[in-house]
Amino acid sequence: MDIELMQRVYPFFLQAAWVTIQLSVLTAILGLTCGALGAAMRLSRLAVFRFLGAAYVSVFRGTPALIQLFILYFGGPQVGIQLDAFEAGVIGLGVNVGAYMTETIRGAIISIPKGQREAARTLGLSRWQTFYNAILPQAARLMVRPLGVNLNMLIKSTALVAAISVVELTYTAQRYIGSTYKPFEMFLLAGLLYMIIIYATGRAVAWLDRRVQIN
Amino acid sequence: MGLDFTVVPEHLDVILLGCLWTIFIAVAAALVSFFGGIIFAVIALYAPWIIRQPFRLIEWVFMGTPLLLQLFLIYFGLVQIGIDLPAFVAGIIGLGLHFAVYNSELIQTAILSVDKGQMEAARTVGLSRGQALRKVVIPQAVRDVIPPIGNNMIALLKDSALVSVIGVSELTLSAQRAIGATYRPFEFYLVAAAFYYVINLCMEWVQRRIERRIAISR
Amino acid sequence: MTDTEHFVEIKHAQKSFGKLEVLKDISLNVARGQIVAIIGPSGSGKSTLLRAINDLDALTGGEIWLDGVQVNRDLPYRQYEKHINQMRQDIGMVFQHFNLFPHMTARDNVTMAPKLLKGLSKAEADALAEEQLDKVGMLERIDYYPSQLSGGQKQRVAIARALAMKPKLMLFDEATSALDPELVDEVNQVMKKLAEEHMTMIIVTHEMDFAASVCDRVLFMDKGVVVEEGPPSVVFKNPTKDRTREFLRKHLAGAK
Repeated sequence: MDIELMQRVYPFFLQAAWVTIQLSVLTAILGLTCGALGAAMRLSRLAVFRFLGAAYVSVFRGTPALIQLFILYFGGPQVGIQLDAFEAGVIGLGVNVGAYMTETIRGAIISIPKGQREAARTLGLSRWQTFYNAILPQAARLMVRPLGVNLNMLIKSTALVAAISVVELTYTAQRYIGSTYKPFEMFLLAGLLYMIIIYATGRAVAWLDRRVQIN
Repeated sequence: MGLDFTVVPEHLDVILLGCLWTIFIAVAAALVSFFGGIIFAVIALYAPWIIRQPFRLIEWVFMGTPLLLQLFLIYFGLVQIGIDLPAFVAGIIGLGLHFAVYNSELIQTAILSVDKGQMEAARTVGLSRGQALRKVVIPQAVRDVIPPIGNNMIALLKDSALVSVIGVSELTLSAQRAIGATYRPFEFYLVAAAFYYVINLCMEWVQRRIERRIAISR
Repeated sequence: MTDTEHFVEIKHAQKSFGKLEVLKDISLNVARGQIVAIIGPSGSGKSTLLRAINDLDALTGGEIWLDGVQVNRDLPYRQYEKHINQMRQDIGMVFQHFNLFPHMTARDNVTMAPKLLKGLSKAEADALAEEQLDKVGMLERIDYYPSQLSGGQKQRVAIARALAMKPKLMLFDEATSALDPELVDEVNQVMKKLAEEHMTMIIVTHEMDFAASVCDRVLFMDKGVVVEEGPPSVVFKNPTKDRTREFLRKHLAGAK
């Protein structure tokens, strides 16, 4: 193993890891937003919204994220969407992971027993008051862990933006493999950083999950 | 610039060929991941400590890093140690091993939930540990995990697009070829997406049928 | 306008799920302060009737009136939502499975709706919670979560929650059916107390003894119709219909 080489290049990997973290955070925010909207549509009273929500989930979970990214980044200019690679990465991955989060959020909401809804409605609460005060606080607790799984997936899927040349961890590893012919060393560096990010996120999710549980 | 789908039919043969490659790679990788998953699960549960622990570490690394990075490692790593395989073989191995690790997780859980009484029963009628695993425990565990493995296989199909990055001429790369000739990325990526979507729908349909069959057989 | 005799009025209530007719043209008047028990085998439609009164299960035909106002008015969606939310504030309901909000203490369970709907301040809400929880004998558990309470205690908190909205009418949907036998009495005591305060109540129950001792009237329902009704002394002691007699015989034998 070429330790000397690894020592020489690791600062570049650290910089790349920072890009991966930024990508992950922004994608997670967009994904959660899309997931909340998607779940709201799927649970809507109106059939039109339910259909749109279901179509969103089906199409974005039913096709490769890489292709979605390519359509946005390479095909976007044809329909007047000009984005740089980083922006396209965040939007493409965010909307993609949002489809998965839609199902997570919806799953948690519909798993709350219907008696809870009935009890709140019986007291005279409106649909929204019922959702906000009685259902959501319970569902939110159930969401933490499965959203953590989505987040884990999301962090790994940020590697896809290497294919549109965003200089994040995987792209950096790829470039150094190409120039140094040391795939194991470069994998080790990038892999270690990914695992640190994923491990830290996992711990944070577990901590949050413990905190929000009802004693 | 606008959209113009009239250029698509001319290149449809390339896309269809790519589609066949995608199906071939996905099926081959699925087989690797299925049997690999069983082998990995047995190693992770029953191998001696000295093998089991490093093996678990490797599994952990595979689950904690992106598939794309793993594909680069396998593709270039094999070349470095002197094994020069065609890109599609490296792609199948990479995809297959990646999903074998995820399948192994499922199978381990299933084996543990079958194991106790069944293993004891098999041992009392004189089967060795290995025979009991092969004949009694694993077949039951595999039946239990078929639905969740189905989810992994659907994920595998979509992730097979990644092998285009190491130069395998499957659906995604075929679309890129057509784009290279026409400069029409939107149209051809959309067509590729449509093909993926249809294959995906077929897989979901099959999965639902299998799940129903299993539900009935219980 | 208050009509004491027709405080709750059910006119030709009809409900079907597809081809299945659960309620067949049921009419019923409940006077203010009256306590009515509805008994009958499972699937008789008694819970559906109760749940129709506050429109948890919408009727397919007929009218429900409370204190001179029609509950199930035919209005456009938004207006109807407003109307029904207003109506439901006056109709307390207690469920078989309590349906307490598990993420809230007893106090918050009781005060949530009054705070949201009546704009109570924190101090007013606290006073209300103490008053209502005291009434059901749960004051010392005011800051407990539902998971820390027994079934009977949960149900008492659920009753306090309903009472906190100062309803004109209370509906009890098998309020003691999910309880261990030794916990039934504490809930019955609370309901008796409400009866003494002349709360108007409609009670779906399996407890014949309780119905006999507390209620002014008993309705026996079977297959979506009211088979027999009258004061408990008549319905329980000298039923006129064969179906009532058979139900009571089976049921009382089962209870012993």
